[in-house]
Amino acid sequence: MTAQVTLPHFTLDALAGETHSFPSSRPTLLCFVKEDCPTCVLSMPLIEAAYRAFGDRIDVLAIGQDRPGNAALVERFKLTVPMLDDSALKISFKYDIETVPTIIFADPNGSELRRFIGFGRQDWQDLCAEMAKLAGKAAPTVDWASYPESRPGCGSKSVEPGVAERLQAEAEGSPIRARRIEIADQDDIFEFMFDQGLTDGLPVVPPTPERVIRMLKGTRRDAQEILGTVAPSYAPLTIEKVAINAVMAGCKPEYFPVVLAASEIICDPDYCIHGISATTYGATPIIVVNGPIRHKIGMNMGINVLGQGNRPNATIGRAIKLIVRNVGGAKPGGVERATFGSASKYTCCFAEYEERSPWEPLHVERGFKKEASVVTMFGLESGPRQIADQTSRTARALVGSIGLGAEASWHPKTHNFGDVLLVVSPEHADTIGHDKWSKEQVRQQIQAVTSRPLRELLPTEDYGGLGAMPDQANLCARSEEELNKIIPKFQSTKNIHIVVAGGPAGKWTVMFGGWASGIYGSVPTSRKIEEVI
Amino acid sequence: MTQILDPTDERVPIRRSLAPRSEVIAGTIGLLDINKARGDVMIERLRQRLAERIPGVEIRNYRKPTPAKPAPDDVRHKMLEECDFVVEALAD
Repeated sequence: MTAQVTLPHFTLDALAGETHSFPSSRPTLLCFVKEDCPTCVLSMPLIEAAYRAFGDRIDVLAIGQDRPGNAALVERFKLTVPMLDDSALKISFKYDIETVPTIIFADPNGSELRRFIGFGRQDWQDLCAEMAKLAGKAAPTVDWASYPESRPGCGSKSVEPGVAERLQAEAEGSPIRARRIEIADQDDIFEFMFDQGLTDGLPVVPPTPERVIRMLKGTRRDAQEILGTVAPSYAPLTIEKVAINAVMAGCKPEYFPVVLAASEIICDPDYCIHGISATTYGATPIIVVNGPIRHKIGMNMGINVLGQGNRPNATIGRAIKLIVRNVGGAKPGGVERATFGSASKYTCCFAEYEERSPWEPLHVERGFKKEASVVTMFGLESGPRQIADQTSRTARALVGSIGLGAEASWHPKTHNFGDVLLVVSPEHADTIGHDKWSKEQVRQQIQAVTSRPLRELLPTEDYGGLGAMPDQANLCARSEEELNKIIPKFQSTKNIHIVVAGGPAGKWTVMFGGWASGIYGSVPTSRKIEEVI
Repeated sequence: MTQILDPTDERVPIRRSLAPRSEVIAGTIGLLDINKARGDVMIERLRQRLAERIPGVEIRNYRKPTPAKPAPDDVRHKMLEECDFVVEALAD
């Protein structure tokens, strides 16, 4: 004996005007059909014959998926069987109908006895025999020989692109909880979203329930799970809100796992999105992606890696900035107070070109397995600076150049300060790799070439600026020994982060210079990406 | 009619009113240096001016560890317990 499936109850209006409910305390035959399906058309005379033969003992119901089509079927076949209007497709969705015709026979309690999909001559003969036995009546007379042995059905209207997502958004148990905003037909939806202050200055994709449902297919997690709170408003960030902003940014569902992992990072107090947003210095989230997902979603790690033109690079970073704006409440002129800002404040996300690197990739250095996909975020200046060296042919000379370039981070005379992210081009990586220098050697050389005695770092009449950290600035209070103390650019080699990316040609390295780091600012933070698609 | 989902936190902004202003400055004034460059210089000037103008008040100094983050709870609680007035000063 097989377990009985209890079918969903429903009430629908028939074309003739009367209302039918299921279950009705009688056995019932449910026939899901649509008019533009040849197999449904083939089946209609049999549905009508079953109604005429057993209608006084058994409910026979045709459930049509489009209103004009339903009327056309009734007219064409002179149907007397009730034709129920499911043009809203809610019952087809509730029954998870993928193909029409779907024929379901149920007992008086609404438990499923038999189901077949498409057309099967033997299926219909068996069904008629079962109904006849149950009704205690003769089976209808049908010229079975005139029917084909079998015919496949057609796709149900409830699974057409866009429709299934709409139905899911409207159904009971929908994952959608966000406030729905209705925009009148005479309003331009794009202008409306600008007017509401929801965009970063560029148009956004309207986050319709259908699109958000599709985005949520990029995770197995509950849409209402709270990832944390986003500064500066410290509002709770649900996965649903991440999905809404990811739609607006232009993400595809397959990018969503990356956006989710990055969203967890902006909720981490150590990452300090509050300060990154608020500082006049113009810091911004810099997002680096490692692991197999780079290839899977087609991220750019080569030519123009930090520029425009690649959808995942562009939209993942943009989604994070939109979340900080819309959920966190950081808007330019409000809490976001960068003096200049830069284009990187729209988006800054790229993949490491692991295959072109002589070193372990960033995520492996940071403790993850090579086969894991990982997002790492830095809170650094929004706009990289390029360091040119087209002549060095040894690792020592080239890294020395990179070190001198990196010394300009924040201010050349500011030492013992900040993190730096160096994006080394493949050509530069080749030169360094040829001499078999490890990343640690690179870091030590950068510290070596940038180490200066404190006396050289103090402000003079010729250059002002910070010059040194405030506790180093009081020249009078320093002994000769203190003034001769050697101070490297970065507090530790751990503050120098190195990845490889960029086009095959070009002897450049790019640096994202430091904003405040560590407990005084932002701690570079990584999260594993949960891949589901 | 098109429907979109609200991308914001949906929280109705809360209007905050200022605490009632005292007519007289007396008791303890806290000076909070948020730890920006030369914030200490500005705070020291403020301390001198306040001491000249209102000789009777006590002035206490407080400091945030970093300007990049909100003041830690213990600093805020200490100021709440010890001060009648607080001046928070930026500088650069």
